Amino acid sequence: MRQAIAAVGLIAALLAPQAAWADTKSSEAREQVEFGIRVAQKGLWKEALYRWEKAVEIDPRYAAAYNNLAIAYEHEGLFDKARQAYEKAVELDPKNTYIRQNYEYFREINDRASRRQPR
Amino acid sequence: MTARAAVSLGNLVAALLVGACTSFYEIPIETPIQPKLDISAFQRVLVAGFVAGGTEEVDANLETVRLLRSQLRSRSDLRVIEADVIPLTEVASEQPKAQDSEPPRVLENGTDKGIKDEKDLEAYDHLFANANFWKKLGEEYQNPLIVTGTILFVPHSRSGFVQRDREVVDAYGRRSVQPVRTYMERKGYILRPKFIFIDGRTGTPLYSETFREEVLYNPSQDTPALSSYFELMDRLIPGFLGTLSSQKIKGSRVLLK
Repeated sequence: MRQAIAAVGLIAALLAPQAAWADTKSSEAREQVEFGIRVAQKGLWKEALYRWEKAVEIDPRYAAAYNNLAIAYEHEGLFDKARQAYEKAVELDPKNTYIRQNYEYFREINDRASRRQPR
Repeated sequence: MTARAAVSLGNLVAALLVGACTSFYEIPIETPIQPKLDISAFQRVLVAGFVAGGTEEVDANLETVRLLRSQLRSRSDLRVIEADVIPLTEVASEQPKAQDSEPPRVLENGTDKGIKDEKDLEAYDHLFANANFWKKLGEEYQNPLIVTGTILFVPHSRSGFVQRDREVVDAYGRRSVQPVRTYMERKGYILRPKFIFIDGRTGTPLYSETFREEVLYNPSQDTPALSSYFELMDRLIPGFLGTLSSQKIKGSRVLLK
């Protein structure tokens, strides 16, 4: 019994720094996302794009950051990158209706832009 | 603390938690759409004319040329050449045709009243493939981008059930609006333009795009054909302009935390 308790304690001790590191990481990513939102609301889309790129670099599982990044790419006319970011956001958080709605609007515009008819 | 107060507090906490988890910010966005055609080689545009058919109530050739020139003047960087509208139907009937194509159905007086459907327009395809004709026209106007094509504006009717709102007053004098389905025959028009963009330097087609719009009116409405024509053209003008110049589509998206 004592050995089992010691083993659990050891595992906990080993995981604790990792959990703390993950917390710091996600809080850094969150800071970048929040800053990006503030500057995007002021019309500074390039700065916002930079912040959200950093956010997904820090935390590649952050669906909201990918959503915002996709919007910024869309605003800059970078449609291929926007699609990739939207797809990643949907993959990470498939039930998020905001992300799905944003993606739907984007696809509607993108389809219109890329529609070509033969001569 | 009573049970009800505890439940209310619980609900409040839950709402706050949900709100905190799903922070969102709606933001206006302008999505830039690149032009479908690279027109950097052209400074000028000539909307030459169209092979037009359908109803006799509207001169679709003349009206389309006027409208496109006016739109291009105000909403593109190209200089619009003011020139007489070319009666392309007549021009086509004078040109040699491909052997396997049917002759255009042009009436004896040379008007385009013979064009009633899309099949009739096919007989004019050879005109748009005649590079010599368009090159010569291009030389006349210092090699502009040439806009031409076909326009079909035809009457159209359709019968079926239509949902309308009807005001209803109940026994107490209260008014409400209820949807009612009624069977009716509605009349309107179909507008089907095909815009062809030709390089005035070589006479070769660069790009073409076909649009189709239709409108139907209730029997009580008496809408003139010209009004319908402009209503339908209004819908497809952004698509036409999007071929030549970049556009911004306004909308909104939701940013998330």
